[in-house]
Amino acid sequence: MKIRILFFASLRESLGTGAEELELPAGVSTVAGLRAHLKARGGAYEKAFADRSLVRIAVNQEMVSLANPIKHGDEVAFFPPVTGG
Amino acid sequence: MKISVQREDFDAGAEMRALSRDSSVGAVASFVGVVREVPMSLEHYAGMTEREIAKIVEEAGSRWSVMDATVIHRYGDLRPTDQIVLVVVASAHRGDAFAACEFIMDYLKTRAPFWKKEHRPEGARWVEARASDDEAAERWESAAKKAV
Repeated sequence: MKIRILFFASLRESLGTGAEELELPAGVSTVAGLRAHLKARGGAYEKAFADRSLVRIAVNQEMVSLANPIKHGDEVAFFPPVTGG
Repeated sequence: MKISVQREDFDAGAEMRALSRDSSVGAVASFVGVVREVPMSLEHYAGMTEREIAKIVEEAGSRWSVMDATVIHRYGDLRPTDQIVLVVVASAHRGDAFAACEFIMDYLKTRAPFWKKEHRPEGARWVEARASDDEAAERWESAAKKAV
């Protein structure tokens, strides 16, 4: 199962990347699981995902909660609270 | 409905005139957001941004009598006094136009995936989301609950 991950704004900067392709590890089937997997990379990832309130998540360009499932081909975006307008 | 996320500046007057050509339109309300004091760059999530704005405008149309609406939001590098965002709403009467315009603006600030980075003399920093913006959007939720 392959997915595309996007990072925006301060998350993109602190992680040093805006996008990556990821082969979903066995056992990761939800947004919560993916978030935990990324956080477990340590370093900048652990720091960026430490405060749950500072990371919003969208799957296929729709805002979702942590329980949302992930399937092959999904585009999963992580970003801080929005500040447009 | 017209939604545009663009680098270029916009002509608010021309956009307002474009929404007043229908003879059943009696009110055109508009809002222009302007860069204040500090140069900034705006990043957005292309694709999702347009979809979120469309959803907000559609929700406004389900709450008030909206005949047409235009939302233009800029991204890229902007300087003080530059225009950032335009919301125009056309209705038969002013009450609907004013309310829908404010509603769209409040939701845009909390739902559309844009991020501002300020470029201050002491360095660049990402703007933090403000609780007052969440509260501005939430008051429409409680208004809807009261109406039900």
